[in-house]
Amino acid sequence: MFNGGAPLPDMGSLPQFEYVEPSTLQHALYILNRYGDSACILAGGTDLLVQMRDGKKAPKYIVNIKKIPQLEGIRFEKEGVVIGALTTVNTIHESKLVKEMFPALHQAAGVLASYQVRNRATIGGNLCNASPAADLAPPLLIYEAKLKIVGADGENEVPIECFFLGPGKTVIERGMVLKEIYIPKPKENTYSIHLKFGERRAMECAIVNVAASMTIEDSLCKDVKIALGSVAPTPIRAKTAEAEVCGKKVDEEVIERAAEAAAKDSRPISDIRASAEYRREMVKVFVKRALRSLLVESNMKDAG
Amino acid sequence: MKQRIKLFVNGEAYDIYTETNRTLLDVLREDLELTGTKRGCDSGECGACTVLLNGKPVNSCLILAPEADGQNIVTVEGVSRPNLPLHPVQEAFIEKWAIQCGFCTPGMIISAKALLDRNIEPSEEEIKQALAGNLCRCTGYVKIIEAVKAAAEKVRDGRS
Repeated sequence: MFNGGAPLPDMGSLPQFEYVEPSTLQHALYILNRYGDSACILAGGTDLLVQMRDGKKAPKYIVNIKKIPQLEGIRFEKEGVVIGALTTVNTIHESKLVKEMFPALHQAAGVLASYQVRNRATIGGNLCNASPAADLAPPLLIYEAKLKIVGADGENEVPIECFFLGPGKTVIERGMVLKEIYIPKPKENTYSIHLKFGERRAMECAIVNVAASMTIEDSLCKDVKIALGSVAPTPIRAKTAEAEVCGKKVDEEVIERAAEAAAKDSRPISDIRASAEYRREMVKVFVKRALRSLLVESNMKDAG
Repeated sequence: MKQRIKLFVNGEAYDIYTETNRTLLDVLREDLELTGTKRGCDSGECGACTVLLNGKPVNSCLILAPEADGQNIVTVEGVSRPNLPLHPVQEAFIEKWAIQCGFCTPGMIISAKALLDRNIEPSEEEIKQALAGNLCRCTGYVKIIEAVKAAAEKVRDGRS
């Protein structure tokens, strides 16, 4: 035996659970309400199965909601786009509508984990898992997405800014399901971008995620949104940074001040991937890169 | 808890009675004895367990067996059949010496085949992106990328 006959380390098999597969939303809500904290929703499974193997979660009931038809798909609606919570990350990345209207979301969906994971992982799962590093959160923050949450008492729309409460925590309570995400169409002359900074090409948990959008006319910033991931207990908007840019003629000095402010807006921790100090520096670097790139894009459009 | 599931693997139908807390990977390797699909990390990081689920590459270690009920699966054993020529990706891996220890190869073959199924003219960057979820700890990536390029050429020649 290559390890001297000692037993092989436990690969972390999955604990026992009851598997349920409701075919309607009503049935799912009933089950979730009845079993409460002992039930866990299974969407793409790319986070849940890993957490269960690591012993971080041991639900008595697994509720696979993928058999519920109306939770999937992308459609144009009310001057915006509605994305079903079970829509996979690859479906979002490959959607022409998303690419044209929400380039930052398209970009973020293209760098999440790996191609295999993106074929399973869902937008709803990415949000509800509420990792501070959730790749799809910063773009949805800059587009001011609204999340439709369904419970026994009916539907509720929550702005994404109010959705995350802490690592792994959201406003979703017992017996509720995230049904869909509504993203309003950005105003004319709005440019947006998502930049992910990590050390590897794939399967990377970001050191810093930055998404930014700017409505810009003749270099004058009419509106700006900057969102940061992996540098606070939840994905956040960098509002002091936004205030440095909004209403101003965008130049290198303004961008520099915004980057400094964004670093102060962030509240990073030190962990295995990077120190808090380094993360704050990288917030500066990537906010600068994002804003510069948006400015260039708008100038190119003005020139072209 | 046990459940009966039906799987279509490499064109054949199987009825399986399995514990629900097993993965598609467990069923493929242990019940169907299709051991070409490898168990590496068992957490979706390494890609050794990549199979096609309804034509799309996925990590079979991240899919519960009951989730695969009624679905179409292709493993490395189904990429070509006995007595038939190898798939261009397999041929190219042999010709370009893109195999060292071989553990990552089945997953690489599946990811590369899936790439060529959707894009017969991938750029080097697109090849790297498509294989980014497949780790080769012999670090033989250069040969693997060359092999996928060669395979794409074979596929294009075959179609013209």
